[in-house]
Amino acid sequence: MKLIKQTGLFLFIASFLLFLSILFLGSFQLTDEGFNQIVKSEHQEILAEGFSDIIGKEYNLSFGIVNDINAAIEAINNEFKTAQAWNQIIYDDYTASLVRVAAKGTVAENSILFFLLTLVLGSIGALMYIIPDSKLSGAAGIKNNGIFHKALNNRGWLGIMIGTFLITFYILLYFFPAYITNWIILVQPLQSLINPAATSSQWFLYGLLYTFAVLVMGIRMIIKYRHSNYQIIRTISVMFFQLSFAFLIPEILVRLNQPYFDFKNMWPLDYDFFDAWHIKMLTSSGGLGIFMFVWGITLFVIGVPALTYFFGKRWYCSWVCGCGGLAETAGDPFRQLSDKSLKAWKIERWLVHSVLVFALVMTIAVVYNFITGTHSILGLDTYTYLRKPYGFLIGSIFSGVVGTGFYPLMGNRVWCRFGCPLAAYLGIVQRFKSRFRITTNGGQCISCGNCSTYCEMGIDVRWYAQRGQNIVRSSCVGCGVCSAVCPRGVLNLENRDEKDRLNEPLLIGLQTEKEQ
Amino acid sequence: MKHIVILGNGIAGITAARHIRKKSDYKITVISGESEHFYSRTALMYIFMGHMKYEHTKPYEDWFWIKNRIELMKEWVSEIDFSKKQLQFESGQTLVYDQLILATGSVSNKFGWKGENLKGLQTLYSLQDLENMEENSKSVKRAVIVGGGLVGVEMAEMLHYKSIDVTYLIRENHFWGNVLQNEEANLIDHHLIHDHHIDLRHSTELEEILDDGKGHVAGVRTKSGEIIDCQFVGLTVGVSPNIQLVKNTALETERGILVDDFLKTNIPDVFAIGDCAQLRNPQPHRKPIEAVWYAGRMMGETVAKTISGNETAYRPGIWFNSAKFFDIEYQTYGQVPNENSAGLSSFYWESKNKKACIKIVFNEASKIVMGINTMGIRQRHEVWDEWLEKNRRLDYVIEHLGKANFDPELFKRYEPEIQQAYNYEFPEMPIKTSKKSFLHKVLNK
Ligand SMILES: Cc1cc2nc3c(=O)[nH]c(=O)nc-3n(C[C@H](O)[C@H](O)[C@H](O)COP(=O)(O)OP(=O)(O)OC[C@H]3O[C@@H](n4cnc5c(N)ncnc54)[C@H](O)[C@@H]3O)c2cc1C
Ligand code: SF4
Repeated sequence: MKLIKQTGLFLFIASFLLFLSILFLGSFQLTDEGFNQIVKSEHQEILAEGFSDIIGKEYNLSFGIVNDINAAIEAINNEFKTAQAWNQIIYDDYTASLVRVAAKGTVAENSILFFLLTLVLGSIGALMYIIPDSKLSGAAGIKNNGIFHKALNNRGWLGIMIGTFLITFYILLYFFPAYITNWIILVQPLQSLINPAATSSQWFLYGLLYTFAVLVMGIRMIIKYRHSNYQIIRTISVMFFQLSFAFLIPEILVRLNQPYFDFKNMWPLDYDFFDAWHIKMLTSSGGLGIFMFVWGITLFVIGVPALTYFFGKRWYCSWVCGCGGLAETAGDPFRQLSDKSLKAWKIERWLVHSVLVFALVMTIAVVYNFITGTHSILGLDTYTYLRKPYGFLIGSIFSGVVGTGFYPLMGNRVWCRFGCPLAAYLGIVQRFKSRFRITTNGGQCISCGNCSTYCEMGIDVRWYAQRGQNIVRSSCVGCGVCSAVCPRGVLNLENRDEKDRLNEPLLIGLQTEKEQ
Repeated sequence: MKHIVILGNGIAGITAARHIRKKSDYKITVISGESEHFYSRTALMYIFMGHMKYEHTKPYEDWFWIKNRIELMKEWVSEIDFSKKQLQFESGQTLVYDQLILATGSVSNKFGWKGENLKGLQTLYSLQDLENMEENSKSVKRAVIVGGGLVGVEMAEMLHYKSIDVTYLIRENHFWGNVLQNEEANLIDHHLIHDHHIDLRHSTELEEILDDGKGHVAGVRTKSGEIIDCQFVGLTVGVSPNIQLVKNTALETERGILVDDFLKTNIPDVFAIGDCAQLRNPQPHRKPIEAVWYAGRMMGETVAKTISGNETAYRPGIWFNSAKFFDIEYQTYGQVPNENSAGLSSFYWESKNKKACIKIVFNEASKIVMGINTMGIRQRHEVWDEWLEKNRRLDYVIEHLGKANFDPELFKRYEPEIQQAYNYEFPEMPIKTSKKSFLHKVLNK
């Protein structure tokens, strides 16, 4: 058993190192053919001169070719700018695609092999490391031994290294995908398997890594919390929604010439749902497209209030949502790092509701533009002042770079807690109109602090438990871990009558307390 | 302004301070030599096992005390002059009070065994003990724990975390013999032995602790003469009220500091609460000294009322308690003696995997339920409190057992099995077993 575990760890580390080194393997050489294939015909002539040095040249690293291509396009654009030829400026992002066609050598030629050696072997290694715990870690029960003694879970060197890797990864993914071209090539075989006509993009790579992470770490989660049926079933649920709804179904839809659509994602988390191009894409795609459009609206107009009323926001945040799914699986080792202070709660309320307002304003503007066929609102260009900043600040930096990159430093729900506009909306419903609450069991709390420590949303659960007050908080995602780690059986997630939900604190114990 | 001084920043002293602040504007000072801030003593094991850090065990953030004007002093009190109403600190300083609340807690018992002061032997009560345990548990292969109670089993779990083999000596013939009945204790014994490989020795008493010649423990000898080699001894044979400070003073003490119904001692303006207090007239269903978290909290709340001008007698309601033995949770409500005395009978059910059980004790003649012990099934305090208050009969309780279930959603529900077992055992007073529809269960618990 121990041997399997160690071998697994070895395989995982080896495949991870190989994965990193892939970025530095192979070479890049842009051919005329490639150039003509990617660059639109109207730009080909304009760019020909600038590209004359690039085409045919062999680069050993992606950095060189990326920089040269960027420089060439920028030089042309600068000429247009000085000439004030605004309508000539090239906005198309050719870099990533050009680098992609220029790739050759080891990785491009052996992508299946490298795919197996990195992602598949890595996952197998991880599972070999994880699965023996079902025996090695002894009888089912709370498995938090040593969490604060480990470098991974307690912001030690390992946590900091993983955080740095994740942050770098997200920055490359969102802003410099051309540099990770080799990784994108790596997943082409799988992309072709699902949809032979498609070329893998950074988003396919990301979706695949994401799904692997949720599945592998989901198995870890199930083994860790195997004493709790609630945790087991909930984890299976997020694994299922990630694999099918978020990953496979949209890809299959595309293969069937339907719009790419994630049926469980919704506005305002899905912030481009009302973008003109998106509405047009859906409404021009026949019956299914129209259904998708109506479904997307129904989900947040009726689905959110109705389901949140009966079950609390957990029905989405910790059972269905992809961000939640990653947080609950890959993020579980970091849940204890969330800040529980009152100050953090104050910041949270300001921040998350501001993002909701921002999303709302942006969407109103976008919809207004769509209906009226304009591009600006109150004299301001919607794209420049609203849509683009939102996509950059919230969509990329906050949800990705900070939201996931900071898992090992600030806990696994940074985005959900401080940034997600949908969580804010669900939270308002949960706080004011829902049957959901966490009940505290009479007077049984011993103020030990396990519940607060392991609350990923940074709720000071103990504050309520030790005074005998139901926990009714807009941020609670109902993951149920407080209830799982409480050594005295104090906490219980319940959907009950609304009447006694916001109760006065009451600790059972003294006779006099009842008389009052 | 009246100055209230509270000696001891545990659950008792701190609850008193908080409630006095809510109800009055008096100056409040809380003193403890152990730690500056209130922390949860019950979480000591979790610090050791890395589930939490010390900070996490503090139930209130540090600004809380400043905001609520509760002054904290980290000092050891060496003497109290009750006539001058003055405390003397070890550091030399003094402090004058108008009213004094003694909440000094407990000390761990040691019964004068030969070798009980050797290095490598320790008890577990305070933060300092925890530090010692860090030190003492280094390079230990085998440890011996003496005393089958709650702290003993926690210590076993702590040592287990460090991969130290544990031999556990228990005087009684099963675990926690002065509280649990045979059947539920056997279930715990089984868990300790089979799931956690604890070398459990029933009916085994400590004779002496052996010296390795350098002042460190080398093993223990039991009453039967057996020698067990070990490098660590954990003594967990109960606690006694911490009254060293006031022992030979005008303050009346017995085992603890004697207090009346209003938690007043024999000296005016001096109160005692929590583990260190001994009630002169406990209520029939309660003990004079109850060294548990909950009693300390309730006394703190009660004394705060009296001090803030609303004279209130200490009237604890129905007894309850809880604990955890490695992976199995325990809860109890009402009266469950360790052996049924005359006139009492009990109903016992155990799950097939030996991970859950309930024991309900009732009056044989009237069938009125006296109390419940449960392992591995969480019970709803509110419901049990009401049932016991209202003298519910056994058949009523079993029929409605589902209402008292407090296990998380989607957990296996044992009530149907329990009810079946009951109907089999008590055919003379059968109950209906009703099944709820799935939708009903999801929407309406
Ligand atoms: C390991 C462990 C686990 C436990 N688990 C549970 C449990 O699960 N459930 C439960 O109900 N109970 C449990 N208990 C018992 C519970 O912790 C105690 O009943 C409770 O803490 C007593 O609170 P208190 O306020 O009376 O005293 P304490 O918490 O002991 O506080 C008294 C304080 O006063 C200080 N003090 C004493 N004398 C002086 C002096 N002369 N000068 C300065 N300071 C002084 C002490 O250092 C101490 O800090 C546990 C106890 C231990 C040790
Ligand atoms: S984990 Fe349970 S006992 Fe501990 S503070 Fe939270 S509710 Fe109280």
